[in-house]
Amino acid sequence: MTAVPDTSAAGRARIAAASDVERRRRRREKISAGLRYALLCVVGLFMLYPLIWLIGASFKTNQEMFSSAWFWPANPTVQGYIDGWETSTPYTFGRFFWNSMCIVIPKVIGTAVSSTLVAYGFARFEFPGKKALFAVLIATLLLPDVVTRIPQYLLFRELGWLDTFLPLFVPQFLAWEAFFVFMLVQFLRAIPRDIEEAARVDGANTFQTLIYVVVPMLAPALISVCLFQFMWTMNDFLGPLIYISSIENYPVSLALRLAIDTTEAFNWNQILAMTVLALAPSLIVFFLAQKYFIKGISTGGVKG
Amino acid sequence: MAELYLTSVEKIYGGGFQAVHGIDLHVAEGEFMVLVGPSGCAKSTTLRMIAGLETITAGEIRIGDRVVNELAPGKRGIAMVFQNYALYPHMKVTRNLSFGLKLRGEPRARIEDATARVSGLLEIEELLDRLPKQLSGGQAQRVAVGRALIKSPEVFLFDEPLSNLDAKLRAAMRVRITDLHKRLKEEGRPATVVYVTHDQVEAMTMGDRICVMKDGRIMQVADPTTLYERPANAYVAGFIGMPEMNLVPAVVTRGEDGVALTLGGQTLTIAEGLAHRVHAAEGPVTAGIRPQHLEVCAPGAPGSLSGEIALVEFMGHEVNLHVRVGDETLVAVAPTEVLARRPCRGDPVGLRPNGHRIHLFDPVSEENISLAPQD
Repeated sequence: MTAVPDTSAAGRARIAAASDVERRRRRREKISAGLRYALLCVVGLFMLYPLIWLIGASFKTNQEMFSSAWFWPANPTVQGYIDGWETSTPYTFGRFFWNSMCIVIPKVIGTAVSSTLVAYGFARFEFPGKKALFAVLIATLLLPDVVTRIPQYLLFRELGWLDTFLPLFVPQFLAWEAFFVFMLVQFLRAIPRDIEEAARVDGANTFQTLIYVVVPMLAPALISVCLFQFMWTMNDFLGPLIYISSIENYPVSLALRLAIDTTEAFNWNQILAMTVLALAPSLIVFFLAQKYFIKGISTGGVKG
Repeated sequence: MAELYLTSVEKIYGGGFQAVHGIDLHVAEGEFMVLVGPSGCAKSTTLRMIAGLETITAGEIRIGDRVVNELAPGKRGIAMVFQNYALYPHMKVTRNLSFGLKLRGEPRARIEDATARVSGLLEIEELLDRLPKQLSGGQAQRVAVGRALIKSPEVFLFDEPLSNLDAKLRAAMRVRITDLHKRLKEEGRPATVVYVTHDQVEAMTMGDRICVMKDGRIMQVADPTTLYERPANAYVAGFIGMPEMNLVPAVVTRGEDGVALTLGGQTLTIAEGLAHRVHAAEGPVTAGIRPQHLEVCAPGAPGSLSGEIALVEFMGHEVNLHVRVGDETLVAVAPTEVLARRPCRGDPVGLRPNGHRIHLFDPVSEENISLAPQD
């Protein structure tokens, strides 16, 4: 059979009808896509508007602040940033950022190290009581945070750690966060053991296998752990509120509150300006590590 | 290089399941030993016990003059190639190759020399700067072999290294590994190899000797020719050879003309070949005849079994005929060119066994009872 072009009038009509159907199908697809994206943009804007307003309002004057819900400042000024940075205390906001970092950095390191060690143990080794211990670990996930606050406070008071950063990061060196351990265990379970066995055959001991082989493969999950911990710690208000009493030790989260407490007429533009600055580290870290973060939370391991 | 000895090695898992039942195996220096068997026969477990990746419950593993039962894998003087290559995904090929030497604390110059030598030997020089994910299956496998080779181990262990490759590449890699083993021997650095596979073609073409395993026991250890021609038992007979050996119940009777074999309701008198090898009493046996040793002839021809073709498998150069003989089905292989015409289902046909090649197995113990001492 050879295909012969249909040049009859009926054939041309059929081709025209078919192309008309195709054109209509494409138009429907375009309209449908347009509607979907419009809806997404509206909802996205609705969700992001408070953040956009926050950034815009940080450049407004106090008088302009609540005069309109529109985010764009009529007379943009950075006075809020200048005054907010100075604060009403003897310290600049830089001090509070430094304090935050003094908590965040050891806390992130402690979490990464201890969670990896514990997860490696649970995922790769057999030892008596492993199942029971893992069940206990998972059970602590369900324990409300507030239940442990008082005993912890009493313990740290006995240790003389009140008004220091120690209560805020030392527990993380002991794999305090069951969620992270669980996350890493799940990730490790999806990594084939062959690679670790190859390292053992190559002469690596358990620790060398962990450092040279397991940790690099665990990197996406570890970055997610660090990122979560970084953001949660930057945002943590209750922990510092309980343990830190001197203003000189305040982290950013408490310092923002301080601005509200100490002034009778709130300088909202200063508060908002410092809030924007407080958000910056988390946002920067998130966008830098975004690729690994998404890989870490969305995949169960490496491809074989 | 060194000899490898397994003496009464057992493996019993925590739940009480016994995977390996006291096996004894000796691999000579520079020998290519293939462990072959179906899934679950404990061949990989045995290899992993040699590697030190599995503990042994009883027995002794000796590499050279050292008992290695309690030694860590890295201290046993072994290198292993894994089924899934197990290359370190975050390290480039160069680092994958040199990782073991670095851990040993070898000087940089020696590591560089060794990397150059091995990459040249395996023709992977152009891959040195790539990550494992940028390699094809065959390339990754060569790197995995290189990683083993660079350590100059006493014993090489291969755990089904070709099973993830396609058929063509598998054949090429088979040749490459065999060739490598020969070259090392010629260079005066013979490699003792234990190679695990479930593929009998790999086993038959690569191994100096083959160890056939079943359910954690060794069925026979021999060179490929011996395994094929003198299988120790019905299991080995059925496992080695394609198509499988015909194993059918039969009855042996002795007569003046020689030995008579009744199978599928027909009696064959086999004067030559078999008579002097049968040292069992008369009675029921399992007869083993390879499809290649059944000559297709006219139905009713002298010394043949008459049957009817049940299935024809045309393979190109030869035809596999499934022939119903009484209640039994026998498979015969006939070269295409000797057949006058293409056989069809339902055609009557005769099958004449080669008396020299018939095996008889004890129906209970499955031992081969037709092996002459030095046949």
